[in-house]
Amino acid sequence: MRRILPLELQKAHAEIKEIARGYGLDTFETVFELVDYDEINEIAATGGFPTRYPHWRFGMDYDYLSKSYTYGLQKIYELVINNDPCYAYLQTGNEIVDQKLVMAHVYGHNDFFKNNMWFSKTNRKMLDEMANHSTRIREYQDRYGVDTVENFIDICCSIDNLIDFFSVFAQKPASTKQGGLEFNSDEFSLDSQVKKFGSKDYMDRYVNPRDYIEAQEKKNKEESEKMRKFPPEPQRDILNFLIHYAPLENWQREILSIVREEAYYFAPQGQTKIINEGWASYWHSTIMTQHVLKDSEVIDYADHHSGTMGSSPGQINPYKIGIELLRDIEDRWNRGKFGKEYEECDSLEHKKTWDKKTGLGRQKIFEVRKLHNDVTFIDSFMNEEFCHRLKLFTYGFNRRTGQYEILDRDWRKVKNQLLFSLTNFGNPIICVEDANFENRAELLLTHRHEGVDLEFEKASETLRNLQLLWRRPVHIATKYNNQPKLLTHDGKELKERDA
Amino acid sequence: MMSGIKRDHQRFKQIVKGKIKQNLKKYISHGELIGRQGKDYVSIPIPQIDLPRFKFGRRQSGGVGQGDGAPGTPLGPGQSEEGSQQAGNAGGEHYLEVDVTLAELAQMLAEELELPNIQPKGSGAVQAHKNKYSGIHTVGPNSLRHVKRTFKEALKRQIVTGQYNSEDPVIIPIKKDHRYRSWKSITKPENNAVILYMMDVSGSMGDEQKEIVRTESFWIDTWIRSQYNDVEIRYIIHDATAREVDQQTFYHTRESGGTLISSAYRLANEIIDKDFPVSEWNIYAFHFSDGDNWSGEDTKLCVDLLRYDLMPKLNAFCYGQVESRYGSGQFIKDLLDNFKEEEKMITSKIESKEAIYRSLKEFLGKGK
Repeated sequence: MRRILPLELQKAHAEIKEIARGYGLDTFETVFELVDYDEINEIAATGGFPTRYPHWRFGMDYDYLSKSYTYGLQKIYELVINNDPCYAYLQTGNEIVDQKLVMAHVYGHNDFFKNNMWFSKTNRKMLDEMANHSTRIREYQDRYGVDTVENFIDICCSIDNLIDFFSVFAQKPASTKQGGLEFNSDEFSLDSQVKKFGSKDYMDRYVNPRDYIEAQEKKNKEESEKMRKFPPEPQRDILNFLIHYAPLENWQREILSIVREEAYYFAPQGQTKIINEGWASYWHSTIMTQHVLKDSEVIDYADHHSGTMGSSPGQINPYKIGIELLRDIEDRWNRGKFGKEYEECDSLEHKKTWDKKTGLGRQKIFEVRKLHNDVTFIDSFMNEEFCHRLKLFTYGFNRRTGQYEILDRDWRKVKNQLLFSLTNFGNPIICVEDANFENRAELLLTHRHEGVDLEFEKASETLRNLQLLWRRPVHIATKYNNQPKLLTHDGKELKERDA
Repeated sequence: MMSGIKRDHQRFKQIVKGKIKQNLKKYISHGELIGRQGKDYVSIPIPQIDLPRFKFGRRQSGGVGQGDGAPGTPLGPGQSEEGSQQAGNAGGEHYLEVDVTLAELAQMLAEELELPNIQPKGSGAVQAHKNKYSGIHTVGPNSLRHVKRTFKEALKRQIVTGQYNSEDPVIIPIKKDHRYRSWKSITKPENNAVILYMMDVSGSMGDEQKEIVRTESFWIDTWIRSQYNDVEIRYIIHDATAREVDQQTFYHTRESGGTLISSAYRLANEIIDKDFPVSEWNIYAFHFSDGDNWSGEDTKLCVDLLRYDLMPKLNAFCYGQVESRYGSGQFIKDLLDNFKEEEKMITSKIESKEAIYRSLKEFLGKGK
């Protein structure tokens, strides 16, 4: 059960809060709660929310966490929730120096949650909202049966990555645009006849050239074709599309909305893993080493900090990449290593010792934390020196040896590979193309193929789940081995054909 | 809070158990879960329940890593599986351990294969003695004193004699109040079983064939153990001669040379006569071979040995023929021709790992 923070920790909290404020960190009120290892595993298993709706997958995560804790494989140090006030959990039995480290780290996250623009649309009362979701789903379970409801949640979870991360920033959020997708009957009857300019007969072919008229007719025809198509534009927020147009029961629609809402709530955390952890680590490091650490705590601190930053060969650690890149930016802007003059300088020696004493570093990283997500962060700031210094490489699967191997250390390739894996949170980009495919009310999705095929087994299972929601055959147009393919699930079996 | 998570956890475990059941076929043929630890528990690594999603195929996509090494350096297999496709924050596929007792496993196997329970032969013929504490005596060693009963006696005595004072309820047992636990000897019919595994290790039996034998015998073991209190296992390997070996050797020896199956049968017969009196033991013999016996003459000898010596002593004789590149596979036909009417003779062809499932059903499905 929750315990009141011991005096020592309260004092540490007050101190860290003051320091953080002094640096200009702008945070929500932070509430620390002291919990034991089992409770922290519980809370972590449900994504940080003690009141989550019932579902076995939280049990699965709990099982994993508690087993890995029991066998000493891993331990959760910090757990912080994007909410106002911001809740964070400390584990009883940790050394005081660890608790301080966690507090400082949490202040970094808290500032990031509050100020980063990608978080600006998230619900800051999510603790309450999650509790509401839980109540609603429990009610449905009482009414329709635990298994029925759980099976439906399974289906929803199977497609919860089919959302549009950017739609929350659209002028009209997709969720309220229901009317926008309706047919417009005026435009629907659009005439393909092109209006001609009035002219005398003998002038007609000059005033209204035949080519032009034909082109216009064709264009109009296409326009009206497009209007007839539904949805008129491909939709990336497939969950939203299904909520509005799939033949669902009310309770199913409600659950799908809940799953979608939570997916959007968690989305920015996935989009900003590197920069967010980097930012928090930057601040725990700054606050601890420059203010809070006592002499006797230095060794423990160094041990745990390096533990967090450590990367095993062949894997990158978001904490490490994040903090290093932020420090790199700070250094570059402190020394004025940016802009035209620096870029065009071709003396390596000169570049290396470049120092204009601009001192803009701190200001720059505050700006970075406000504007960037992982993709733009890496894209804008990762450069050749950085890749070399951190010894980054790309790896791939070698069919001949049956192993993953280091492929290349070329920084452009590293950067591209990293960006690829971060784009759309590492998910394939899939849209609803046509809800009346072949005029049979079948659902056509398209996969924007970017060089990597979909995993076939999983794709066919997912298609099956979509079919359960849409209740008519569901297709996806994708590519396998560079061959356009159309996968179809009609509820009974999967069909595959060349498209 | 009998928190939500405990209930979610419970539910997850139930699903996982169900999952094992459904995937049992796959497990059997892949033989991946065979790692017996301790006496009773096996740990089965099973993948997490991974809801399907539209995802990239991993092999094609690769990723970014950090560390030393020239291009072409292989990453450790562990690391590559954990991968860092999503900048290292994706868990990758992690495996969970699920503890299933052997008894549960046998139960699942039985359900899956629809196995009948084995009918032990000579039921009750074997008597076992067992002591059970079931009564109370007035004499006995202090170590068996029944404290509650003793005090009850003392209380009764004190009330009867008027010594009991409810204001100051002190109860002091004297010698004759003492009560002791006592035991009875009960005799119970007991069924013991012995499994004799015989394997052909002649040149034509390769590693793949042995792997099949190993997987199959694990499941046979598991099943028979669930049916008897006490199971002994003996291993015999043979090429042109037969010898008894331990488990390790049984699975790992590779000999070369010819094949005289009769040598194994003769040895099996000797072992039975020496150690396992037929009246007390349920005896199962399993023989795995690629079916390529040296000569028709030896086959004839085998048939005779089986018919006159082994068969009368056995609950079942199971012959599993593993497909091999070299074998003619004649032996199974000879057995079938000679033992058409014999119920105890069970033969099965195991062409590949995938056939183990069917073969188990053939071996164990008769309830012998």
